[in-house]
Amino acid sequence: MSITYLEAIREAQAKLLRDDQRVFIYGQDVGGNFGGAFKATKGLAKEFPGRVLNTPISEDAILGTAIGAAIQGMRPIVEMQFADFSSIALNQILNHAGTHYWRTGVAVPITVRLPSGGTKGSGPFHSQSMESIYAHYPGLIVMTPATVEDAYTMLIESVAIDDPVIYCEHKYLYYHLKADKLPDKGLPSGRARIVREGRDLTIVSYSAMVQESLTAVAELAREGFEIEVVDLRTVKPLDTDTVLASVARTGRLLCVGESFPWGGATAEIITRVTSQGFHLLDAAPQRLNAKDTPIPYHPNLWSAHRPNAKNIVAKARQLLRE
Amino acid sequence: MLQTAQRTVKSKKKKGALPHERFLEAFRWMLLARTLEEKLVSLYRGGLITGGVYIGKGQEAVSVACGLFLQKSDIFAPLIRDQAGRSAFGEPLLDVTRTYLGSRLGPMRGRDGNIHRGHPRKNELAMISHLGAMISVTVGALLAKRFKGEKNFVGLACIGEGGMQTGAFHEGMNIAAVEQVPLVVVATNNHYAYSTSNDREFACHDLVDRAIGYGFEGYSLDGTDLGACLDVIGSAVKRARAGRPPQLVVASMLRLSGHGEHDDASYVTEEVKQQPFARDCLKVAEQTIIDLNLLDADTLAEWRKDAVAQVEEAIAAAQKEPAPEGDKEDWCALSMPDLSDSFE
Repeated sequence: MSITYLEAIREAQAKLLRDDQRVFIYGQDVGGNFGGAFKATKGLAKEFPGRVLNTPISEDAILGTAIGAAIQGMRPIVEMQFADFSSIALNQILNHAGTHYWRTGVAVPITVRLPSGGTKGSGPFHSQSMESIYAHYPGLIVMTPATVEDAYTMLIESVAIDDPVIYCEHKYLYYHLKADKLPDKGLPSGRARIVREGRDLTIVSYSAMVQESLTAVAELAREGFEIEVVDLRTVKPLDTDTVLASVARTGRLLCVGESFPWGGATAEIITRVTSQGFHLLDAAPQRLNAKDTPIPYHPNLWSAHRPNAKNIVAKARQLLRE
Repeated sequence: MLQTAQRTVKSKKKKGALPHERFLEAFRWMLLARTLEEKLVSLYRGGLITGGVYIGKGQEAVSVACGLFLQKSDIFAPLIRDQAGRSAFGEPLLDVTRTYLGSRLGPMRGRDGNIHRGHPRKNELAMISHLGAMISVTVGALLAKRFKGEKNFVGLACIGEGGMQTGAFHEGMNIAAVEQVPLVVVATNNHYAYSTSNDREFACHDLVDRAIGYGFEGYSLDGTDLGACLDVIGSAVKRARAGRPPQLVVASMLRLSGHGEHDDASYVTEEVKQQPFARDCLKVAEQTIIDLNLLDADTLAEWRKDAVAQVEEAIAAAQKEPAPEGDKEDWCALSMPDLSDSFE
């Protein structure tokens, strides 16, 4: 049996609905026989009547409703149809969910699922990676699972967490990643994972860019380079210790992220490594992000806009030469 | 579906059914709110309050009616001019003075100030400044109560005519009606969004006409008339509790202050100040009490004295309390500190 990243997300939600009466799913087209634009909630409305609810196209109100329900003791899971549309809900997420515990002492246990990242032909408004925006604001946890197993266990974990979790699931991984079975338990929340050990260079990445990095690393391995790959798993909190320990072994750092280049997760990693581990570095740390333009529609442009195995290889070679 | 408050009030008056005790109770909360806020203003002017002071002068009659008909298990989402309603709902005066004076022991512990306070565990939601946001949050709280199998509950969310022009308000109203939650939205048209008058705020004939578009039942209200406020808002709460569709009440009055105390409201013209909606609801209520001989002068004086004493006590208590200190804060925005990021 094999299970996809998308099926893992569905299975996690089925388990959550089964095990916890406080859980309900709220979002556009998640209910009825439809089961979501990507089918992440397929069949759940029938299996759990009254707990998987379609909403109007009202991202702000969807989030507001989830926040109110969470304050009253529920554990809502919100599906934003596309991460891009969560911009409409930024106010409720950043200014309400993100500030509530700090201001009032009452936590807001919501999970916001963001179908993130690019796929061919999706264009500027259905391809965005918003993790850096959410990570910038206080009071939120930002998860970016890169494997089927993490997609499953981290979603379950996110609902158990008392604070708001922004769960960035990558659309490109929905069908491209498969696993044989789902685990009972994953790494603790907030812990990064060494996906592949190496000694020449550390690549720190997350979400779909982990897979691109692994492809790049496999190619470089044929040339004799042993490159360590760190999957952050959560962008916030950021597991600086694991990253620093890796850089201590390799002396070189390349950060790869799919979001836009100004600021963001990759810049944050480099800041931390240079300020806390400058002495560990044998070369100036580098990063690769998407280009500083809106995300293009045409596949030729799209594949050149985001980091990919090819330009990760090129950047890594350059860094290895220094 | 639409009904005017005037009609409702007239019919009540004919029956002579003005509930005097409730009127007097409401008046007393209004008096307390006015006394408190006047004191807060003088503290602000004296430099003893940092940030801003935002008062509900002229809106106490509507506000008190919002708090008065709710039970402790109901959800209340007050806004910036709802001191009277907050008190009537059960917020202690000490919460107010602690928040304005920044006491570490207050509900917001100096982390947030003035009107951004609440007790979410006691069903008084803590507003954010982004107007319209609290409507859907109230809907969610009501949805949770429904999920949990609770019965006989309502939620009441306050908004101004300024906040009614936001996208969040529109989304919140629509989702409330879609979910058919027992919600009352009380809108105060105080004729100014900060300095902007109605003619630059909206272009519809009457804001209450929007109710039908959302699937709400709508009612208009003279917000300067306490009897009408109690009647119309009380009835709306009763209808929502009984399972009628969500209720919108639009009350008209003039904001008898600046947006905040930093604002002298010089943009409010003399012509506007002469309008019937510019009456001071507290004075109107007091006149009703005198005209109908509901209280003797001694009792009225006693009530004023008591309000002053309560306010003085709450201020004195908060002033003695410790202020928050930067080096004693945990600086952790998560309830699960193990998941906090480290920026050492």
